[in-house]
Amino acid sequence: MATTEEGKTVFDVEAANVLSKELRDVFASGKTRSYEWRISQLKSIVKMCDEHEEDIADALRQDLSKPQLESIVYELTMVKNSCTLAIKELKHWMMPEKAKTSLTTFPSSAEIMSEPLGAVLIISAWNYPFLLSMDPLVAAIAAGNAMVLKPSELAPASSSLLAKLLPKYLDCCSIKVVEGAVSETCALLEQKWDKIFYTGNGRVGRIVMAAAAKYLTPVVLELGGKSPVVVDSDIDIQVATRRIIVGKWGCNNGQACISPDYIITTKDCAEKLVDSLKKELEAFYGKNPLESKDLSRIVNSDHYARLTNLLDEDKVSGKIVYGGERNEANLRIAPTILLGVPQNSLIMKEEIFGPLLPILTVSKIEDSFDIINSGTKPLAAYLFTNNKKLKQQFLMSVSAGGVVINDTALHLTVHSLPFGGVGESGMGSYHGKFSFDAFTHKKAVVYRSFVGDASVRYPPYTRGKLRLMRALITGNVWTILRALLGWS
Amino acid sequence: MEGLEGTLAELRDTFKSGRTRSVAWRKSQLRGMIEFVQENEERIFQALDQDVGKHPVEAYRDEVGVVAKSAKLSLSCVEKWMAPRKGDLPLVFFPASAQVMPEPFGVVLIMGSWNFPISLTLDPLIAAISAGNAVVLKPSELSPTCSSFLAENIPKYLDPKSIKVIEGGIDVCEQLLQQKWDKIFFTGSQRVGRIVMTAAAQHLTPVTLELGGKSPAIMDSSSNPTNMKVIAKRIVGAKWGSCSGQACIAIDYLLVEERFASDLIDLLAKTIKQFYGENPRESKSYCKIVNKNNFKRLLDLLKDPLVEASVAYGGSVDEEKMYIEPTILLNPPLDSQIMTEEIFGPLLPIITLDDIYESIDFISSRPKPLAIYAFTRDEKFKKQILSRTSSGSVTFNDTLLQFLCDSLPFGGVGQSGFGRYHGKYSFDTFSHEKAILQRGFFPELEPRYPPWNSFKLHFIKLAYAFNYIGLILLLLGLKK
Repeated sequence: MATTEEGKTVFDVEAANVLSKELRDVFASGKTRSYEWRISQLKSIVKMCDEHEEDIADALRQDLSKPQLESIVYELTMVKNSCTLAIKELKHWMMPEKAKTSLTTFPSSAEIMSEPLGAVLIISAWNYPFLLSMDPLVAAIAAGNAMVLKPSELAPASSSLLAKLLPKYLDCCSIKVVEGAVSETCALLEQKWDKIFYTGNGRVGRIVMAAAAKYLTPVVLELGGKSPVVVDSDIDIQVATRRIIVGKWGCNNGQACISPDYIITTKDCAEKLVDSLKKELEAFYGKNPLESKDLSRIVNSDHYARLTNLLDEDKVSGKIVYGGERNEANLRIAPTILLGVPQNSLIMKEEIFGPLLPILTVSKIEDSFDIINSGTKPLAAYLFTNNKKLKQQFLMSVSAGGVVINDTALHLTVHSLPFGGVGESGMGSYHGKFSFDAFTHKKAVVYRSFVGDASVRYPPYTRGKLRLMRALITGNVWTILRALLGWS
Repeated sequence: MEGLEGTLAELRDTFKSGRTRSVAWRKSQLRGMIEFVQENEERIFQALDQDVGKHPVEAYRDEVGVVAKSAKLSLSCVEKWMAPRKGDLPLVFFPASAQVMPEPFGVVLIMGSWNFPISLTLDPLIAAISAGNAVVLKPSELSPTCSSFLAENIPKYLDPKSIKVIEGGIDVCEQLLQQKWDKIFFTGSQRVGRIVMTAAAQHLTPVTLELGGKSPAIMDSSSNPTNMKVIAKRIVGAKWGSCSGQACIAIDYLLVEERFASDLIDLLAKTIKQFYGENPRESKSYCKIVNKNNFKRLLDLLKDPLVEASVAYGGSVDEEKMYIEPTILLNPPLDSQIMTEEIFGPLLPIITLDDIYESIDFISSRPKPLAIYAFTRDEKFKKQILSRTSSGSVTFNDTLLQFLCDSLPFGGVGQSGFGRYHGKYSFDTFSHEKAILQRGFFPELEPRYPPWNSFKLHFIKLAYAFNYIGLILLLLGLKK
């Protein structure tokens, strides 16, 4: 560990090396593998959430001005739910799974045993700084690993709260927190880990995967993309609008990986949709949304500048049909709707990750699929429709991490669904048992005895053995019998 | 480079057209694969003999048979595997449905290996096809006869618009790795595995890396003399009986207690003679070393004087025939190359221990191998091996079989790789599992929407906790 001029310790490559070795040693001791250890850690997390609900909501308010309800529901309750599920199912998840064996390997029995990967690195994000640190942590714990968590420095209050609370509630020898920014993250990435779980953007995702490649470390990358919403005609437009709003601005003011990024609808529906959005936005956030306590602010001035740039681009600035108000001092941008932005504008090229909602129009709703497929695969895709055929077409032709029909964002609360991306939106998945699996190695185990040793396996090889080998490989009892009797 | 980009563009268009997604297409390709290996069996045997000196029995067992079996299984199961799976949904979402729908990644790259040049290219190809992808297959240039055989004949049996074979060496591989793929499946060495993953990282391409490592065999004292004969056969079969030790799951080295070492060596020597005769150089059942580079690499392992001195059996070579005699070494130095690198050849170091239980620390202090083989009937020892070591797989009292079990995932962990295939795992490896949640417009839950207040907070908290009674009480005004 190096020391700065002020006498502060700096977390450098050497420190990261020591840390990773410590975690490896703890893991090798077997401590994290026991059912009891895992359950105790999970129960402590629930306790921590309950006892520090206010502190956590407070940190989130400091970092993002996150509304109380969002903090409690999307961050705390989701984490507690993950723990509760893991506590309930862990015995079952940890049990080896029997595997069928065929005549080819008779007599034998086989099973698949779940074992932890070892010492893992979790790199979290700033938008859901508590959830996206704790949920992967719960996963790694349930699977029996030792771990280090690197919370995002862009949510400093949450980061330091985690650094303070985790050692108090959890086994600090097996679960470490390292705070810091780029250099600390790089120091960690130079080490050998048994798995790296990263939540963030594609640019850093590439850096993480390239670093992992040096040690052949498997990775889960939870990234993002432009999650489209296709809105068909002939639907309950008020319900659709409300669900879009709550998935967009109701999720950290659009700063969420699965936020609806843009809408595509037909020219005929566009006006009605815009009117409905305006009406519901006002009902939800009042006439002065910059003052609303139910909206998160923009996380920092860099992102504020990025978003205002998107709005101020020439091609786009005249397309605002609602909102557009801003307050730089408070880092606030009002819910903003744009209609008819060109596809080659910045706002349509990058992931928005903010409270701006462009609406594109097409002549036929089916044309929306080509627009979506011309971009990279998003983390989520949404469709509002009552048309079964359109729905089928959408499911077959639009590839995304997850798809929701007639709602937004909810799929991430369903534990039986894997949550993860595809293509640019990431690789790997978690939630529910997928979380346990993400941090587990499934080891194949075969049990054999010495009874039944077929000489056909061994040299010297003959054409006769070939015949029998052929039969054995198929595993079909009649073929084997015939070969044994010399009939094939 | 232009040719390659054009090929890729064609495959992308083909995939986009939806051609590879239908059940009919997938089944037709799988049938084509079965026909391919069945109609060309003799020619495949000849190509394998040419490249690695494989006998038809080995060629069938490890290559042709594997491919035929895999294609038949996929053919019979593909429709079932393609079907969306229902997911459980809590009551609070009612009415809604949750499903996981497998979909192909798109255009995928499969890089095969030279030691099983047919099965390690075609088995992943079967996987990619059954999952509905378009494919570029890059066979290894170190098995040139098989590579050109595949390049010439695959287009005759499989859809040339969707499945391309590209031959070539390192420069072609480099060019391929610069492109954007939707998945890369690589079988080969750790060194090249790193190169593949680094290249994949540039495009965020998911990879499966089937690598190798030093797969140990452990033998304890709990077996009687009859079983010992069988054990010896299985060890010899797993070392020299599969491409002369040039296999990712071959036994790399053996751990045994000091007091059994010399008897074991005698028994192994006897078994080797039984299998390969007095002069294995003349045996048609014994594979050759694939090329001069690997031949030299293996000889270099023996150059270290301390290693040379530890040769207890064998050791003779014939460079012209690319032949290295089945060789056993007793306790070469642990820091020698032969004990730190994957051997991938017909040299078997035997390391002796005072107590066989020491084998657990020995193995777990080294990189995780692809396979561990343990000959023991001691149940406590088995449990320790399973819980205190990590490897792609563990097989008790036999060798290599895990490769033939379709219900078992075949793949590594740590340095031996990640990802897996065989059976349904093959289909899954080339599929993206898309989560789908479907709802109707009715009913609407008002508390979902802002402006927030404490009632709504309470409601959502209870809903998320699936506390239905609490919800009812709240709605009835009976819960504070």
